Amino acid sequence: MSHDTTFAAPPAEAPARPRQVGESPLRNEDRRLLTGEALFVDDVHLDGMLHAAFVRSDYAHGNVKSVDLTAALEHPGVVAAYAAHDLGDYWEAGPLLVPPPPIDDLEFHAATQVPLAKGKVRHVGEPIAVVVARSPYEAEDGAALVEVDIEPLDVVSDLKGGLEPDSPRIHDQLESNLAAHVIQRKGSWEEVRERAHRVIKRRFWYDHGASAPMENRGIVANWDARSRELTVWDTTQAPIPIRNGLAAMLGLPQSEVRVIAPFIGGGFGPKIMMFYPEEVLLPWISMRLGQPVKWIEDRQESFFATTQERGQDHESELAVDAEGRILGVRDEFLCDTGAYNPYGLTIPINTQCTLLGPYRVPNYHSEFRMVFTNKPICTPVRGAGRQHGVFVMERLLDRAADELGIDRVEIRRRNYLTPEEFPHDHEIIYQDFKPLVYDSGNYAEAMDRAVEMIDYAGFESGAGAAARSEGRHVGLGIVSYVEGTGVGPYEGARVGIEPGGRINLVTGVGTQGQGHFTSFAQIVAEQLGVQASDVEVVTGDTARFGWGTGTFASRGAVVAGNACHAAALEVRKKVLTMASSVLGAAEEDLDLAEGVVRVVGSGESISLGELAALANPLRGAVTPGTEPGLEATAYFGPERGVTASGVHAMILEVDPDTALVRILRYVVVHDCGRVINPMIVEGQIHGGVAHGIGNAFYEELVFDEGAQLLNASFMDYLLPTATDVPTIETDHVETPSPLNPLGVKGVGEAGAIPVGALFAQALENALDVDGFEVREIPLSPNRLFELMRDAREEG
Amino acid sequence: MKPAPFRYVRPSSVDEAISVLAAEGYGAKPLAGGQSLIPTMNFRLAQPAVLVDIDRLDELRGIRDGGGDGATNGLYIGAMTRHSELERSAVVRDRAPLLAEAMPWIAHPQIRNRGTMGGSLAHADPAAELPAVMLALDARIHLRGPAGDRTVQFCDFCTGFFSTALAPDELVTGVEIPPLPAGTGTAFLEISRRQGDFALVGVCAVVTLDAGGVCTRASLTLLSVGDGPVCAKTAEDALRDRTLTPDAVRDAGEAVATIDIDPPADIHASAAYRRQLARVLTARALDTAARRAAGA
Repeated sequence: MSHDTTFAAPPAEAPARPRQVGESPLRNEDRRLLTGEALFVDDVHLDGMLHAAFVRSDYAHGNVKSVDLTAALEHPGVVAAYAAHDLGDYWEAGPLLVPPPPIDDLEFHAATQVPLAKGKVRHVGEPIAVVVARSPYEAEDGAALVEVDIEPLDVVSDLKGGLEPDSPRIHDQLESNLAAHVIQRKGSWEEVRERAHRVIKRRFWYDHGASAPMENRGIVANWDARSRELTVWDTTQAPIPIRNGLAAMLGLPQSEVRVIAPFIGGGFGPKIMMFYPEEVLLPWISMRLGQPVKWIEDRQESFFATTQERGQDHESELAVDAEGRILGVRDEFLCDTGAYNPYGLTIPINTQCTLLGPYRVPNYHSEFRMVFTNKPICTPVRGAGRQHGVFVMERLLDRAADELGIDRVEIRRRNYLTPEEFPHDHEIIYQDFKPLVYDSGNYAEAMDRAVEMIDYAGFESGAGAAARSEGRHVGLGIVSYVEGTGVGPYEGARVGIEPGGRINLVTGVGTQGQGHFTSFAQIVAEQLGVQASDVEVVTGDTARFGWGTGTFASRGAVVAGNACHAAALEVRKKVLTMASSVLGAAEEDLDLAEGVVRVVGSGESISLGELAALANPLRGAVTPGTEPGLEATAYFGPERGVTASGVHAMILEVDPDTALVRILRYVVVHDCGRVINPMIVEGQIHGGVAHGIGNAFYEELVFDEGAQLLNASFMDYLLPTATDVPTIETDHVETPSPLNPLGVKGVGEAGAIPVGALFAQALENALDVDGFEVREIPLSPNRLFELMRDAREEG
Repeated sequence: MKPAPFRYVRPSSVDEAISVLAAEGYGAKPLAGGQSLIPTMNFRLAQPAVLVDIDRLDELRGIRDGGGDGATNGLYIGAMTRHSELERSAVVRDRAPLLAEAMPWIAHPQIRNRGTMGGSLAHADPAAELPAVMLALDARIHLRGPAGDRTVQFCDFCTGFFSTALAPDELVTGVEIPPLPAGTGTAFLEISRRQGDFALVGVCAVVTLDAGGVCTRASLTLLSVGDGPVCAKTAEDALRDRTLTPDAVRDAGEAVATIDIDPPADIHASAAYRRQLARVLTARALDTAARRAAGA
């Protein structure tokens, strides 16, 4: 796919911004990343380090009759091997990470993953044994020698089939494969359906796949008996919960466990605090053997052993009046949680809530059933169920527009919540257990900007018409979405000034490439009158900061960012108080800039470094009660999540003979509140859109009826490459959030969310074939060919 | 994803390589560019006991125009010539434009920098470009074994799905591509999901026109639609002695799609979609080749 200049808009000039926040300095972390100095888990090499390899189930469902480690243990280089029974009391099902939210009459059945399969295997790739050897090669040789006898059982691979009374049962302790059944209601759908001018009814299938980070998972665990410290390097998005959990499982005080989440090559959700089998076992093995142990997931393993997302089957109805105003929505869907459900209901609740989008929906009936299947575990992947909901709503609105003869932009405008309607209570419960209340937004303005940038009005008469007259099939799509971001509970940060004048900032969240080392530095630099490059940022090391949860739900900038801001304000206060006393001037007369406090109008000044030295006296006496140093720790916990939003528009071209698609233009107008660093925000959007394009057109986890994954490699699981992602034109609408001092909203997932809905609309517009309707994602060229053929045959 | 244990031998001549292969039997595998073999070993799908590394055998490299190694006045290409060398070769562009046109479709630059022509031909992946091109160009493949050298017409070299006439103790030493007759045009087209992916369908068209614009010979060779490269005999025969009108070109596409091929289905393309792509690509490639032939 390439950029076609025919449809290009002139480049916009960037507005000048005066302060640190809102600037795009080069990223603090990039020197380390680009020169290869950044530490990733696989860069950890320790004396005597052993390597682990896992024996995984080839069957999706079966009884484990026996596991024989004898041959593996005899293999040269193999040091140890363990199956479930070797773990003794340490064998325990993992924690339920996200309990169900407080929704009336909610039905939820938990079944969490186990360290090594005992009795039964429930998905392909489930670990059965672990082999530890001197090298990763010998570990894999040993793993190949473990003899596992599995009696295959009938497999649950289909959502509807899994709920049938005669379906094989995955968890013997449960009555069925139903993991959850949840209904959320607002107003009365039944009543509004009766008086609606028109009711649109459709069935949709929306699939979502692997997170496919550049770096797979990896763990190094090292128990040092002399210093009584367990150090774990882990590609986790949440080092602090992992530290806390491991300490409890291993019976160690938290002070003896240090979890380091170093540089990580992409997280996207599945690297959250999962307590994956490997995460639980490696520390235990290191303590048992008294040697460090490393495990680096390979790409094939990551398709089974790392969590993923999958499809939802929706039956949906939209009731509108004659002017296209939404009267109500009914949506009933099935979703897949895989073999276990440690992450609770986050994905389907996101779907349920995000479906409402930027629209006024007075009546809503949303009901879902979550089903256990014999497939790998589902947990959130960038977007986390939101794209499924957006697809349903946007497709229904497109159909309503068609049926009522209303322009597709106009029908959206008629239903947008207006800026005066905030805060807007949707009267249902969101993933953070709080009512779904939107804080702020300006949806019509974002739409206006997108319409202008993509030249919506001119497309039909101008470039689009011209292309069509040449026989080209060019189409435009334009859709809206919201994204609940920045959920609680809390994060913390510590800011300090060193005698040399350097600023230290430490926060607990892990970082996987989001630019935290720069955005957080900018927030602190702004308060302390320094440059972002003067701020040394440390993230994700529990020895440096021990309170917090992690990176997920587009919450880093909102929750950790505001904690950084709060800590920086505290330090600023200390700086000014101290400078006032040292310089003998009132605080109001002090100006803090370029690392120096100056008395306005007098020329008297003192540097931050000098103040820091004074704040740590080595002799003499201090006033009792004085805290040393210019340092402060602060926490931020939002009342509830904040609502980001946006409009995406694209122009694409389809070759109806080959079903190949080319994106000609891609426009994003988004609102993440106050923008901390426009370059980083745009980078997040670009990456999100790339993920979205993958989801819409390239990526699909293909399982057969036996729940075997048929494409567990990058040869067959297709990620869009640089040549498949077009130039992305972005613009920002800023409606600052009233729920945090910085006024920021999350942006990590925004780019990925509406792309499927957008693709669908643009394809219909390009092909303009009667009966051609897109009701599913992803669309491979093969699938698009089938849909076009079916439409032609029916039409 | 680590290979099973294996031994490694690096012979210093072709003859030494062959004696190692002969001594080791089926457990030995020649290592050329390693772009298919190494991944299959890392997946432990292939577990050769011995790797015979022929990567540094310079006697197997090079592109020679006319003469030498049994070539009359065609183009001789040594087996260990890398894809990227073929891609950049002016001689290849001039003497075998079909080959030149196919080269950028082979995977990605990093793979083309390592992968070798002989390795690709010996591997015989049905989705590979080079076997189809060699079949379309009526190439002769040169092999050497313990009994000495032999040459095989490429159509006899391909024996099925990932299989060839190559014996376990033989090496491919090169191919010889005969010159194109006057009035000949060629075209290569392929569709893959992403640039560099395995072809869903690919087509080689070679068309010779007489002075009056009548087609005296048409060759249509497809890849990724069968066990190996597939010659579209019905379509080829129907084109002989015809003027390549839009109807003739369309008919050829139809014949290829409905008679000449019996394509497989996989997760990326159903048989019906492959037929459709073959239909469209055949017509497009034929049209391009005919226009080039007319200008030749």
